[in-house]
Amino acid sequence: MDKFTELTAIAAPMPNENIDTDQIIPARFLKTIQRTGLGKNAFAAQRYDENGNENPDFVLNKEPYRQAEILITYDNLGCGSSREHAPWALLDFGIRCVIAPSFADIFFNNCFKNGILPIRLPREICDELMGDARQGSNSRLTIDLEKQIIIRPEGNVVPFEVDPFRRHMLLEGLDDIGQTLAHDAEISSFEHQASRAWVPSISMGTAK
Amino acid sequence: MPVSSSPRTLFDKIWADHVVDRLEDGTCILYIDRHLVHEVTSPQAFEGLRMAGRRLRRPDATVAVVDHNVPTSDRSQPIEEPESRLQIETLEKNVAEFGVPYFPLRSASQGIVHVVGPEQGISLPGMTIVCGDSHTSTHGALGALAFGIGTSEVEHVMATQTLLQKPAKNMRVSVEGKVGPGVTAKDIMLAIIGKIGTAGGTGHVIEFAGSAIRDLDMAGRMTLCNMSIEGGAKAGLVAPDETTFAYVKGRPFAPKGEAFEQACAYWRTLASDEGAHFDTEVTLKAEDIVPSVTWGNSPQDVLPIDGIVPSPSDFKDPAQAAQVQRALDYMGLTAGQKIAGTPVDVVFIGSCTNSRLEDLRAAAEVVRGRHVAATVRAMIVPGSGLVKAAAEAEGLDKIFLDAGFEWREAGCSMCLGMNPDRLTPGQRCASTSNRNFEGRQGPGGRTHLCSPSMAAAAAVTGTLCDVRELMKETV
Repeated sequence: MDKFTELTAIAAPMPNENIDTDQIIPARFLKTIQRTGLGKNAFAAQRYDENGNENPDFVLNKEPYRQAEILITYDNLGCGSSREHAPWALLDFGIRCVIAPSFADIFFNNCFKNGILPIRLPREICDELMGDARQGSNSRLTIDLEKQIIIRPEGNVVPFEVDPFRRHMLLEGLDDIGQTLAHDAEISSFEHQASRAWVPSISMGTAK
Repeated sequence: MPVSSSPRTLFDKIWADHVVDRLEDGTCILYIDRHLVHEVTSPQAFEGLRMAGRRLRRPDATVAVVDHNVPTSDRSQPIEEPESRLQIETLEKNVAEFGVPYFPLRSASQGIVHVVGPEQGISLPGMTIVCGDSHTSTHGALGALAFGIGTSEVEHVMATQTLLQKPAKNMRVSVEGKVGPGVTAKDIMLAIIGKIGTAGGTGHVIEFAGSAIRDLDMAGRMTLCNMSIEGGAKAGLVAPDETTFAYVKGRPFAPKGEAFEQACAYWRTLASDEGAHFDTEVTLKAEDIVPSVTWGNSPQDVLPIDGIVPSPSDFKDPAQAAQVQRALDYMGLTAGQKIAGTPVDVVFIGSCTNSRLEDLRAAAEVVRGRHVAATVRAMIVPGSGLVKAAAEAEGLDKIFLDAGFEWREAGCSMCLGMNPDRLTPGQRCASTSNRNFEGRQGPGGRTHLCSPSMAAAAAVTGTLCDVRELMKETV
């Protein structure tokens, strides 16, 4: 996973609530067995017409938002399906940071696992950032994860909260499986507790 | 196992019994008892293991099924869509390489992962159960902590049999009283989502409680827990009781004999203690719940069947008003119109929400002696091969076929249209599935969520309608 330290980039405004993961990447594109290549179909239903031509009204089809690396939305971003294809599609498009008043839990978690920083901020602040994002070529925000601040186009600073463990993982670009495997002995001893004797094992022989 | 004297919730107890270790910042290493795997969200995880040279830690706690991509028509032929075929072949290669128990396409027990797990006794009370699928919340009906995860976490579970988690908040949704005729678990859940909103459960695990919940059979409880995610919750739970134990007993992978009795003794200790703390409490009266449908593109857009489609002017926030207008445009509805009487083109009875034998019985009761309207394509997609066989043993297939329904093979099907079962642009569907998002059942498709009996009523009348009217008529 790529590190996330500091990002200065175009922010795209998507002033909608409940942007679900089916919108971010429709199910028909989930047939891939890879993580990459989904960016061209991110937001496919809104981005393209039925003939596959770009819809000129859709924000990510406009300049400078084709280069957007930050998305700003309203409540409950990423609701619905657990598909990690949603953050994969965003990442493949170029998005590294998503800002909203609230996120669906699974999507929020999936972002961190892919080097995308999700930032929760109150609706009033999202409204202000949405205003910044609407300023076209002047919609550049700086996200500083080390200092936990957003620097707005005019230089105003907005602080944000992030879970310290996840911040550390992003700053270092760490994969958490390796860290958990360091607890292998504890996992093994947990598995062999007498109180877990009732938990059956599943074998190929019993599967029909 | 930590012993606590203060009253605890069902969630608190299952959580505490699965904490392997607690990291400095409070993140827990949570042990996972069952990992269910399907073909869509697993290939990248298996590939990750392979690249890192890691083993799959507990193949004997892992079960794979193929459900999202499978055709629900004739299965004697190879799968036509090359990408679907590749995804299924990739799963088959992976389960063989890593030694994972697997229900293949042509197994008599193949079906939707959230139907197969409980049906086989793979999912049991008191367990932690995960799957790369948000509707894993279904298994909470058994009194298991079950939730959906992304593919990176699928890989984490494969490698470590654990997840890094922080405890969720506790929410209790109590539904007291008795529901009226024609009102099902689906209507109860739609009413709950309509009340709390699609983000109302964010950060919480919902325990469903109250007499109306205890009265539900296991299929109904699964419908309820299934759609916890549509209320934004991490998971849904129903405390295991005698209904649960009777359901679990004798299932192929459930504990047997003495082991079953021991397990039951443990499961009986799991119910929330008197006085346990819930961060959020919501109460509904069962008598207030009526057969419902959704009108818009979010599961919270719920209307009683005698309701009126809302107007953007009902909403103060301009962003919300714009969203309502967008939903009206997408759904081809007019503000202020009655939802009842809206003509449908397609009826889909199936999905991990409503494809169990009890759901098919409820639909058949409405369909018996009637015929699908000439303008409607109506399909039944049982949740598993075993559900299909059991329905056929009761003659339900004949009722549906005689009425003009398609009687198909098990799979996710038109819930999300990864296989050929899709709506075409503009088609309107009464669907027993769980999501009415734009394009969910096919690009441009219009979904109205409802119960199996309401979907059956729409099929025979050709319009969204009140199933209670049909129940009054003698056929």
